[in-house]
Amino acid sequence: MAERQSPLEPEFHVGSHGNFEHGVEILLTETRPGSIVQLAAWPGEEKKLMAAIRAVSGLALPDGAGGGLSDGAKSVFGFAPGKFTVTDEAEGLAAAFAKAVTPAIGTVTDLSHGRTAIRIAGPKAEWVLSKFFAIDFVLPAFPVGAGRSTTHHDVFAQIQRTGTDQFDIYVFRSFARSFWKALCHASEEVGYEVQ
Amino acid sequence: MLITCPYCGPRDVIEFTYQGDGNRERPDPASQNFEAWNAYVYDRLNPAGDHNEIWQHSGGCRAHLRVVRNTLTHEISSVAFVRGDHSSAARRKAEDKP
Repeated sequence: MAERQSPLEPEFHVGSHGNFEHGVEILLTETRPGSIVQLAAWPGEEKKLMAAIRAVSGLALPDGAGGGLSDGAKSVFGFAPGKFTVTDEAEGLAAAFAKAVTPAIGTVTDLSHGRTAIRIAGPKAEWVLSKFFAIDFVLPAFPVGAGRSTTHHDVFAQIQRTGTDQFDIYVFRSFARSFWKALCHASEEVGYEVQ
Repeated sequence: MLITCPYCGPRDVIEFTYQGDGNRERPDPASQNFEAWNAYVYDRLNPAGDHNEIWQHSGGCRAHLRVVRNTLTHEISSVAFVRGDHSSAARRKAEDKP
């Protein structure tokens, strides 16, 4: 398999940046999942799709709008009624779902090359993201595992909380570099490290 | 102005796209009733008060919503899926109960 190139490459500078003299409060990295798949259920078929997600990924989706979970390697969350994003460190998730999600249940869209996954972590992660997105990032409103779909300056973004102070953001690959630069600028005042 | 999306919760109006008057009834595509077509295309209530509207949460879950907005105060008195009550939305309502 050919080595996948990152759209962030020219702006991806490993090390500490910004105002980090008093410590680094933000960690930024690209998670580079091998598979990013979007699943959509036809009306009334949502439960069957959730069962298929469990069969393929082993992840049992919780009930509730925007519910999700992650086991470290695989992640899943709802981002719209009857629609889910599933990611895996390994490639080949779309092919596995194409077998499990029959045309009667819904659709499978392979977005592995269409999205870039950026992870922001650290004690100031909520604070930095609040500069970007007009949604509530506090833990009771946005629990661990949950997903949200929103926009930053008309650029669509899906956000999953994968830890109490860690978020994975999925943005369009073509916008990823500019989003990454904006994220770096926004993190400068608290000091950030790119890993 | 905030619109409380049944799936996503309260979001800024910037995430939504106005899809027009929610009172219109599209005539049958085969209809030759020109008065009905004229009414569908041009006639609007333009009320000073509660107004039925269709909005799309284009910067979020992309669902189409039936919204009742007061044209004087911008107060939103009801938001629902155009497609009817979705199971995941019903769960969101249950989840929000304290």
